[in-house]
Amino acid sequence: MEDMIFYDRLQFAFTITFHYIFPQLTMGLSLIIVYFKWKYLRSKIEKYNDAAKFFMKIFAVNFTMGVVTGIPMEFQFGTNWANFSELTGGIIGQTLAMEGMFSFFLESSFLVLFIFGEKLMGQKLHFLTGFLVFLGSWASGWFILATNAWMQHPVGYEILDNGKYILNNFSAIFANPWLIPAFLHNQMASVVTSSFVVASIGAFYILREKNIEYGKLFLKTGVVFGIISSLLVAFPTGDWNAKNVAKHQPPSFAAMEGIFKTEDAGAEIVLIGQPNMVEKKIDNKIAVPNVLSFLTYQNWNTQIPGMDQFKKEDLPDNIPALYYSYHIMVGLGTIFIALMALSLFFLWRKKLYHIKFLLWTIMFMVPFPYIANLTGWYVAELGRQPYLVYGLLRTSEGISPTVSSGNTLFTLLGFVGLYMLLGLLFLVLVGKTIHQGPKPQTH
Amino acid sequence: MEIFWFIIIAIVLAVFFILDGYDFGAGIIHLFFAKTEKDREVIAKSAGLFWDSNEVWLVAGGGMLFMAFPSFYASVFSGFYLPLIIVLWLIIFRAIGLEFRSKFHYQMWKDIWDKAFGISSLLLALFFGIALGNVVRGVNLGGLENGVYAYEKHFFFLPLWDSSFSPLSVHPGVIDWFTIIIGLISVITLAIHGANWIILKTNSSINIKLKGVIFNLNIALLVLTVLSLAVWNMINSDSLNNFIERPYLIIFPVLYFTGLIGLFFIKRFKKEINGFIFSSLLIVGGITSSLASMFPVLLPSVNNSEDALTIYNTSTHEYGLSVAIGWGIVGFILLFVYVIIQKRMMSGKIDGMDYGHP
Repeated sequence: MEDMIFYDRLQFAFTITFHYIFPQLTMGLSLIIVYFKWKYLRSKIEKYNDAAKFFMKIFAVNFTMGVVTGIPMEFQFGTNWANFSELTGGIIGQTLAMEGMFSFFLESSFLVLFIFGEKLMGQKLHFLTGFLVFLGSWASGWFILATNAWMQHPVGYEILDNGKYILNNFSAIFANPWLIPAFLHNQMASVVTSSFVVASIGAFYILREKNIEYGKLFLKTGVVFGIISSLLVAFPTGDWNAKNVAKHQPPSFAAMEGIFKTEDAGAEIVLIGQPNMVEKKIDNKIAVPNVLSFLTYQNWNTQIPGMDQFKKEDLPDNIPALYYSYHIMVGLGTIFIALMALSLFFLWRKKLYHIKFLLWTIMFMVPFPYIANLTGWYVAELGRQPYLVYGLLRTSEGISPTVSSGNTLFTLLGFVGLYMLLGLLFLVLVGKTIHQGPKPQTH
Repeated sequence: MEIFWFIIIAIVLAVFFILDGYDFGAGIIHLFFAKTEKDREVIAKSAGLFWDSNEVWLVAGGGMLFMAFPSFYASVFSGFYLPLIIVLWLIIFRAIGLEFRSKFHYQMWKDIWDKAFGISSLLLALFFGIALGNVVRGVNLGGLENGVYAYEKHFFFLPLWDSSFSPLSVHPGVIDWFTIIIGLISVITLAIHGANWIILKTNSSINIKLKGVIFNLNIALLVLTVLSLAVWNMINSDSLNNFIERPYLIIFPVLYFTGLIGLFFIKRFKKEINGFIFSSLLIVGGITSSLASMFPVLLPSVNNSEDALTIYNTSTHEYGLSVAIGWGIVGFILLFVYVIIQKRMMSGKIDGMDYGHP
């Protein structure tokens, strides 16, 4: 039984982690492509259209990866989490079915037109198809976040005598107080990833002294989108989410902040340190007193319950992983703001394109927004433990009763092998596109 | 309300097999008949442009099944665990084959992804037929063994095969001689359908030859259909009851046989669309006849328990089903608009469209 839960969780964690490398770029990049296309429509300067088409090529490869790694996610609800699906399908089935209906059809129908139809349709319609692809991909995020928000903070449901959850208020699902902050935070974080990708390719072209005009355009665009989105990720959207966790999932809040002991008055904020689960304290701690209380409740002295206030079975089951995920996300988010602010300053002073060390930093920064996005999701998912539906349905109660751990390990190994291949192909193909550059090619 | 959603999902499933069916079929034809690089490229393109929007129908159908019949979704997806995950791997292989074959311009690269596309299309068509065969045959619900149930009565777990490979065994596996027959029917049907699609959408040099191929495949299909009908009633003894009680359901088998007979005249068709219409009838007729013969059962039990999974004992509550009809109508209207726009923009032969390097 323990084995079954472990492998089911591991397989889901692995497949969703790999999957979410791609949609975060899809969602953010579609916005930036629409921006380039819009600039082109306004200015008629070819450079913008070339930029839109260049990123469309990267987008297309990325989109394929997102689709093929996304289908297993929907399947896995049934294959590995059958009890969970059976009990809650009447509710989360709604949002997942709506995702297919309202977002995937939109995305897939217009993506093919956006990629192949420029000459066929003329520029205005081409812009419109790009905009619809953007709309579809963000709608997909909306429905997934609605599903997740229901699991984090269930609303609009009723539990029957046989344990099944049924919907009794459809609009409550979308009016969930968890949904809008989580959606905005997630979308802004995906724009951060895309801004860094765009800026990083720009920095690469400038440093390599190839396609320099495009390099400057990409870097400038990436930095402007990057500073706005990095700020919005932290404030107000990140702040809203933290307050939601503090309010609705206090044990998770204590665990992610690393508060083992409840203080008499205001709680300190732990900046650095390693959770010591034996002695129940943070080793090598650097902390600032009272700041956490202020950030959460705007009062330096509000008491925040530590982990000692909760029963073991209500605390997340992997506290160090949750703590590290949260601190990595927040730490990286802070670095992004600093780096983008610095870049923006030099952009304004018209020096950015010549500061080698900053260009190198931006270029090599590209994996980190991905890590920040993924650790952000780990915070949400590890923080929800030990529940699938917070406070109601435990993770151990959700697995498929008939699928043995041996079978899950077999399929997990298969996914690992296949996804390694996919990852390699993705890097080769994107690398090739970047190498070719945005100049219109004749072949 | 359950019946309404059952019909909706059946329609979505049928549309999925008509649409994605042609690109599976194109893969099968590609594997066996496309010899020159020009033909290979244009056939891969006739599938590559559309597979993504076609496969959304599967995702949408899966989502609706999840929403409307959660117990069925949970039971079937966990019970058919291994074949389903293998199907996922094949879907991934096929998609990357289609998307990536034109990314490098040397033959070896293209050959690799052509094979990935062709073989996974063939295996997927086989697996879809096998899946249908399993649903008709039923499974050992509750994992009954020596009078003891291993799981709750609506759960089960199927091995890939049982050493006897017989559908009549106490614990039939996923693959047995009956499901293989249905699998082969599926492969041939989709190959015919794919060939019709290639004739319709491309100017490939094998178009004329493909008409002969369709004719020959159709003979094989006729033989297999007769064979499957001969054993069908042995596998599922209730399969004729519905047609006797509700004679109007005969319309579904009639659709299938119209398609089957019509395709024998493939060489005389003036319009290329006609062949495609007849093979679509084959697909729709085949799926709907199977579902109609079982209704309201979704998955029969092969052990003595009476608890087959039906649309009534696996559905969610009334309120959820009716709310979903509301957004479903809006969704289908939007979808209809997209399909019209897409078909208008992409009508005609696709040979000239720029693929791979936009």
